[in-house]
Amino acid sequence: MTISIPPVNEGDSIKLQPKGFLRYFSFSLDHKVIGLQYLVCGFLFYLIGGVLAGAIRIELTSPISDFMARDVYNQVLTLHGTIMIFLWIVPVVNGAFGNYLIPFYVGARDMAFPRLNAVAFWMIPPAGLLLISSYFINGAAESGWTAYPPLSITTPAAGQLIWIFSVLLLGGSSIFGGINFIATILKLRRPGLRLMNLPMYCWAMLGTSILVVLSTPVLAGTLVLLSFDIVAHTGFFNPALGGNVVVYQHLFWFYSHPAVYIMVLPAFGLVSEILPVHCRKPLFGYTTMVYSIMAIVVLGFVVWAHHMFTSGTPPWMRLFFTIATSFIAVPTGIKFFNWVATLWGGRISLNSAVLFSCGFIINFVLGGITGVALAQVPFDIHVHDTYFVVAHFHYIVYGGSVFVIFSSIYHWYPKFTGKLLNENLGRIHFLLTFIGFNLCFAPQHWLGLNGMPRRVAEYDPQFTLVNQISSAGALLMAISTLPFLWNVFYSAFKGTIAGDNPWQALTPEWLTSSPPPIENWEGSAPLVTKPYGYGLDPKAIKNESTENIEEEI
Amino acid sequence: MTILTQSSDSKPEVQTNQEEEEEHGDHRMFGLATFLVADGMTFAGFFAAYLTYKAVNPLLPDSIYELELALPALNTILLLVSSATFHRAGQALKRNDSKICQRWLLLTAGLGLAFLASQMVEYFTLPFGLTDNVYASTFYALTGFHGLHVSLGAIMISIVCWQARSPNGRITNKNTFPLEAAELYWHFVDGIWVILFIILYLL
Amino acid sequence: MPKSSAPLIIGLIIALVVGGILIGENINLLPVDASSNATVYDELFKVLFSIGTILFLGIVGLVIYSLIRFRRKPGQIGDGLAIEDNLPLEIFWTAVPTIVILFVGLYSYDIYDRMGGMQSLQHANHNSQQMAANQRIWGGIGSGSISANNMEGKVGALPVEVTAMQFAFLFHYPKGDILTGELHVPVGEPVSLRMESKDVIHAFWVPEFRIKQDVIPGQPTILNFTPTKPGRYPIICAELCGPYHGGMRSTVVVEESNDYQTWFEKNSKDITTQT
Ligand code: HEA
Ligand code: HEA
Ligand code: CUA
Ligand SMILES: [Cu+2]
Repeated sequence: MTISIPPVNEGDSIKLQPKGFLRYFSFSLDHKVIGLQYLVCGFLFYLIGGVLAGAIRIELTSPISDFMARDVYNQVLTLHGTIMIFLWIVPVVNGAFGNYLIPFYVGARDMAFPRLNAVAFWMIPPAGLLLISSYFINGAAESGWTAYPPLSITTPAAGQLIWIFSVLLLGGSSIFGGINFIATILKLRRPGLRLMNLPMYCWAMLGTSILVVLSTPVLAGTLVLLSFDIVAHTGFFNPALGGNVVVYQHLFWFYSHPAVYIMVLPAFGLVSEILPVHCRKPLFGYTTMVYSIMAIVVLGFVVWAHHMFTSGTPPWMRLFFTIATSFIAVPTGIKFFNWVATLWGGRISLNSAVLFSCGFIINFVLGGITGVALAQVPFDIHVHDTYFVVAHFHYIVYGGSVFVIFSSIYHWYPKFTGKLLNENLGRIHFLLTFIGFNLCFAPQHWLGLNGMPRRVAEYDPQFTLVNQISSAGALLMAISTLPFLWNVFYSAFKGTIAGDNPWQALTPEWLTSSPPPIENWEGSAPLVTKPYGYGLDPKAIKNESTENIEEEI
Repeated sequence: MTILTQSSDSKPEVQTNQEEEEEHGDHRMFGLATFLVADGMTFAGFFAAYLTYKAVNPLLPDSIYELELALPALNTILLLVSSATFHRAGQALKRNDSKICQRWLLLTAGLGLAFLASQMVEYFTLPFGLTDNVYASTFYALTGFHGLHVSLGAIMISIVCWQARSPNGRITNKNTFPLEAAELYWHFVDGIWVILFIILYLL
Repeated sequence: MPKSSAPLIIGLIIALVVGGILIGENINLLPVDASSNATVYDELFKVLFSIGTILFLGIVGLVIYSLIRFRRKPGQIGDGLAIEDNLPLEIFWTAVPTIVILFVGLYSYDIYDRMGGMQSLQHANHNSQQMAANQRIWGGIGSGSISANNMEGKVGALPVEVTAMQFAFLFHYPKGDILTGELHVPVGEPVSLRMESKDVIHAFWVPEFRIKQDVIPGQPTILNFTPTKPGRYPIICAELCGPYHGGMRSTVVVEESNDYQTWFEKNSKDITTQT
């Protein structure tokens, strides 16, 4: 319980932690260490999830079920979805960058509850390992990441229960993280810093954390009910006892739709940090950005049933959810136009960070547009549970969130390590990823429209060629990871020294040394009231410790 | 968030505005409140499920059950009284009167235990079991989950009570956080019970 | 932006809109349309595709143009323009998506209505007693479309009871007491399915009809449609239902009236002689 948490920043306890490389394997309370722990841990799970995706794509190169048994295929796709969402995107866009950046942005020396923070992180590796080990124990869960009953009740219980348990752990971790972020942003702000001075990522994280705190507990409760149905044979989702399987879907999506914004709002925030720096322009439309984030948060709670248009929901309900879902396009659109306006008239350095961010914009717009199409009941009736949906959400989670994660790594790597990443390798990485990604997922729209359902290991032979194209794209994506990995390892040791502020950025994390000292600033925290003051007269930016920053490059 | 009461030796500014006290104030109450909001959402999910079952799946004729009102009504009273006694404990602590504080705390914990006992009695006299039908399952899930909260609360109160012992306990009128945290939690659990009582027994 | 470029911009926008509509009208990404629903669906698809193309190309064009036009040239120093907002522009790009969304919403409501989504549940010719007893029937798209599609005064759709189980569909014709694994229906006649699952959730999907409805245990659902083109079309289970989910397929055979009649008589006779 929260009771045992000491007041913030018992400076000594942080200073007592192991030093050097070892501290990344310790129960460190330093938010920067925890942030990097999240990042690396998440990336390792991404590689595992990626290998599983590779297995899926290999299986799908032929229309028959040959590469693996049918139930193994279902286990693989369940693990793939669960790992990618709960162990990669959510912990990284929230936990990793949130922990690293938020204390800098609010001018604090650490998060509000450092110990809770470390606990939240250390719940993740065991949960992930447990999830993966279930495959070797008795077969992993095989009812998809949505775990719809009654299927999830009738499949082998051990795997499903382990799945439930580890998702509960991960949900708990994310709730603790959310509480911490809300408290840090609202309560730890440096005196003089107003909410409307905060960098956009703080707003994104505030919105996301509200979503986390309000929606994740519902998933937790639902999964507990599901586990009772499995273990104690209760009747929640058992029609024979009067239970109702559709109620599970409502509860599940009440969490899992907000969850998609948990995966993407922080990414929006990160892009809003990266673009102004490399375009040398203020973030366009700061205030409208803030309001649109909050609008997305509110709307995000009232759209869940768009995943259930074929579940026999009443007509009025479908109409309501169609309209509510469609309207999310308006605040999201505002954000996109603001980014384009940020690019417009800038002095854009076309480096890897910018390339990935712009790749994100392009991919996400496509994914968003198919999303709005899916929101229309009559349209969704045909393509629900087909590869069209698979294409939609990969365009958003991969083309959106993952692209942003890569962009952010290129942008903040100099802060993490003090070294620069190699630009040429970065560009190769971008090109391979962008081409591979589109090659892999664009054809899947056609597959869905023409009759290929999702979650199948065998399919109509007429789809063979298109599936092979898609698999080739996946191969290219897998290859694209190699230059990236090489770049990250090589640069950590042999990379060019970056200096404290290689991008001449104005946000507070750059106003200290790279990598930053243990309590973030040697002296007192700077007061940054114009984090995006590019192109302004330097004297107009009254940042306390930005005098030494050259406005000219 | 904290309930301010006039008393001679309390320091109101510490309780109302902790940020001015030191650079990094104590935000644990804020964190706890946020956590309770999250916890409340779990209950909200359960309530929503229960109400949906009621709306969509009309009771089959043979599965209708009658809930006795006497025991749960008594339970409601027990919990409401315990909220008041906890409040008195807090007031006593602010007066730096650990003895009285401990007494009120013990009474509160006792009321909690009485609640749990009477809940048990109800469980054993109910005409339906956990796996009879969806209503039975939901009934036990909701009351059980709440009962779990009460048990946790009773344990917390006992710890707080121990820590409030007079000469060298951790909890004094300078360190009221554990007591306040437990109190906020306890009020929360009581509030949930009132909603639960209305939805499960009265509707 | 200099004034002189206004005509160019307007021209580009018009070209984009016209191009998008042309692409949307002419693109053919869907399988044959073999039910009265499908033609309506394809109309919606064209409109959505046009709008999507226009928005996508427009935004991608802007991004790529900015990246090229405003990239930092070698030797260039200094920052970009310090513009932070522009109210007319922001109102514009809030209004445009709102209008688009409202249009799409109204249009798809209309389509939804034409597909019969807004009509009260109609389940022609099934055992009405059973229907009354079971209030928990849920409908999908097309659940009320029979009367809408059947203006010529022909009353009554062909009732079929569908049972889904791991991993097959079973079709039962109450009229001739036919039990079959392959759905036979006459072309041009409305069909009314009453579906229930024996175990887990399945879904009944015929891509060529553009209709899909989950088949739920303990929760009968109904689905009505009118096939318009003779042929054999796959029935696909679209909800993960276990290891053989991918193999859970069947066929719907849409036949000319005469052929259907022969099939019906042959099979119903078979059943009666056996019992
Ligand atoms: C990060 C994750 C993420 C995000 C952000 C979104 C965003 C959106 N999603 Fe997506 N979605 C998923 C992840 C995500 N989705 C996943 C994982 C599934 C499948 C789950 C499963 O079944 O396993 C899914 C499934 C899914 C469905 C159910 C499909 C089905 O199963 O039948 C629907 C239906 O409405 C939908 C809609 C939308 C919409 C309208 C948005 C909107 O938020 C998009 C808004 C953005 C834009 C529209 C682009 C930018 C806007 C403009 C440029 C303005 C102009 C545009 C217009 C006027 C249109 N999504
Ligand atoms: C949230 C994030 C996320 C991410 C990043 C991805 C990334 C990828 N996904 Fe996944 N996916 C989901 C979330 C995600 N997915 C979800 C939620 C589902 C639904 C599950 C369900 O239905 O329940 C799903 C389902 C899903 C399916 C549908 C399965 C089915 O319905 O039958 C497919 C099929 O192509 C697929 C493919 C891929 C591919 C090729 C990648 C690639 O982008 C991955 C690229 C990365 C690598 C390849 C790793 C790096 C390379 C190596 C480590 C070298 C080794 C590589 C090989 C052996 C090839 N995914
Ligand atoms: Cu039946 Cu899938
Ligand atoms: Cu959704």
